[in-house]
Amino acid sequence: MAKVLRWDVMVGVLLIVVFGYGSLTSPSFATAGNLSFALSDLGEIALIALAMTMLVVAAEVDLSVASVLGLSSALVGSLWDAGLAIETIIPIAVLAGALCGLVNGLLVTRLGLPSLAVTIGTLALYRGLAYVVLGDRAVAQFPPQFVSLAVDDVPGTPIPYPVALFVLLAAIVGVVLHATGFGRSLYAIGAQEQAAFFAGIRVKRIKLLLFVVSGTVAAFAGVVFTLRYGSARADNGLGIELAVIAAVLLGGVDFDGGKGTLGGVIAGVLLIGLLRNLLMLGDVSTEIQSIVTGLLLIVSVLTPRLVSLAKPAALLRATSRANLKGSP
Amino acid sequence: MTPTRLTAVTALLALGVAACGGTTKSSVTSAPAPAPASSSAAAKADPNAPIKQGLKIAFLPKQINNPYETIVDNAGIEAAKEYGGEAKEVGPSDASASSQISYINTLTQQGHDAILIAANDANAVCGPLQQARDKGIKIVSYDSDASPECRDLFINQASSEEVGRSQVKLLAGMIGNKGEIAILSATANATNQNTWIEFMKDELGKPEYKDMKLVKVAYGDDDDQKSFTQTQGLLQAYPNLKGIISPTTVGVSAAARYISGSKYKGKVTLTGLGTPNQMRQFVKDKTVEKFALWNPKDLGYLASYAAAALVSGQITGAEGETFKAGKLGERTIGKQGEVILGPPFTFDAANIDQFDF
Repeated sequence: MAKVLRWDVMVGVLLIVVFGYGSLTSPSFATAGNLSFALSDLGEIALIALAMTMLVVAAEVDLSVASVLGLSSALVGSLWDAGLAIETIIPIAVLAGALCGLVNGLLVTRLGLPSLAVTIGTLALYRGLAYVVLGDRAVAQFPPQFVSLAVDDVPGTPIPYPVALFVLLAAIVGVVLHATGFGRSLYAIGAQEQAAFFAGIRVKRIKLLLFVVSGTVAAFAGVVFTLRYGSARADNGLGIELAVIAAVLLGGVDFDGGKGTLGGVIAGVLLIGLLRNLLMLGDVSTEIQSIVTGLLLIVSVLTPRLVSLAKPAALLRATSRANLKGSP
Repeated sequence: MTPTRLTAVTALLALGVAACGGTTKSSVTSAPAPAPASSSAAAKADPNAPIKQGLKIAFLPKQINNPYETIVDNAGIEAAKEYGGEAKEVGPSDASASSQISYINTLTQQGHDAILIAANDANAVCGPLQQARDKGIKIVSYDSDASPECRDLFINQASSEEVGRSQVKLLAGMIGNKGEIAILSATANATNQNTWIEFMKDELGKPEYKDMKLVKVAYGDDDDQKSFTQTQGLLQAYPNLKGIISPTTVGVSAAARYISGSKYKGKVTLTGLGTPNQMRQFVKDKTVEKFALWNPKDLGYLASYAAAALVSGQITGAEGETFKAGKLGERTIGKQGEVILGPPFTFDAANIDQFDF
């Protein structure tokens, strides 16, 4: 019973409801073409959400991910323009992302600064660097075979390649997070950092690694984004850090750390994406779309709190009733 | 080896392997270009085909709630009512490069007959537009073009030549083809403005303008303050100046603001390219008699009719084809599928209040 009441399970149920409602009310919703579009629109957000989930579970956050994505896109564009091979450019861009993550991680772990403040700073810094690298230009004409890797579906399915990659990575992260000692140490750090430290967990090293992973994944998402849109720009992915964090929170990961499941986050990402797709198919205006997503997010943060408040109250009522019955 | 070191080593290895060769920009561009989409070329235009009834078209502006784009799109929606079609406007709330993509995909799924788009990024919208065309949807770009290979038609608000020449004509008409004139431009390397200025100079070479003399091209860098002081400088340096052309919305409004509060008001004629909202007070206080810009209503109207003509098979998008655009009359498709709206529209005290952008 308690398991059904868990928020991440409820998000999963909500996802099924939205999907069912969409299939019944909109003839174009549950088609392979539409689902493929909707999924590929989510690709980068979903990838970054994997790394973000681990960070938030460990009670940290990385707000600079969208800027790292933009910087990676700008690097891809300017190096491509300079005549480098795309096979060389992609590792360079990803490496640059790892470096960005390393800087975040060092500032947080070695100087003991709060990650919220650090990554708000690097959010501006990395986006600024992206503009330094590419300026206002847009670089296009990437090699078709690489573009189709970012755009096309796995043959015979409505699943775009980046989403297939996401599924693979999600399986790995899922196992690491929920079935290994490393994963458990993330929850321990998030729940009680001091206790985790005294239990022998190398808190700083693990956090540093998480930031590097976050930067690396964001930069890789930048490569996918650039190829998918066929356009490298410094302003690519502006603001998607909020979509990522929204999905993570909606999926039931506690912002204070120590709680949450990857399954919940995946359901959260899909819920936001499919809901938005459904609203757009219904010609609901952008303003209403953001209102709906915003309300959903508030409900997702509020409900678990209310449930935890209601539980002791119900318990209290039950005991007092029992006491009443017991009295003569 | 720690995971971090492992990552670094792997990345370096990948780099080393990759550096030996691969896909570069030159190897891609030297490859033969893909053949143009044959679907539109194979179809035959029938200029006498009636406009299909109940057409579903959609306007996808750079962003919604932008006053200029709203005027364009509403005029297009009105035009659709005229020919018995159904039109709507959808779009993102921000004008970033990628935000239009999911809208293109949605419109494709909804099965529209045509999508009209003011592209935020000529290339980013290309893939999804191609997918829409594969499903038989016609693509018309307006205001801001998508890559030519991804759309059927581009409705261009004005040709550079017409903008340049008409500015000279407009000013000449107000100062009686006589006197010293100056140009207040944007930056010295602004592509648009420089092309227009070339055509202005060419126009001034004609015999009817022999008494007009261009004494100076000044640059206000599209900065309000700098344009303001440049205007001041021009008027002090050339006391006989009769007219100023400022073919930039920032420049013309800054110049108007300076002139309206100076002793030159009523003595020097100012014109240029401006928006009604920026220029309204200066037209009302008689600092500026006339200025120009394209009429956004006509732009939306023409785009809407062009889409209907495409879907109905009156045109295929090939150069030289013609179609009827309602009250705007017959239009011809130019090079690269471009349809030009026409000469810029002149705003004056009599009509300025009909516009809000």
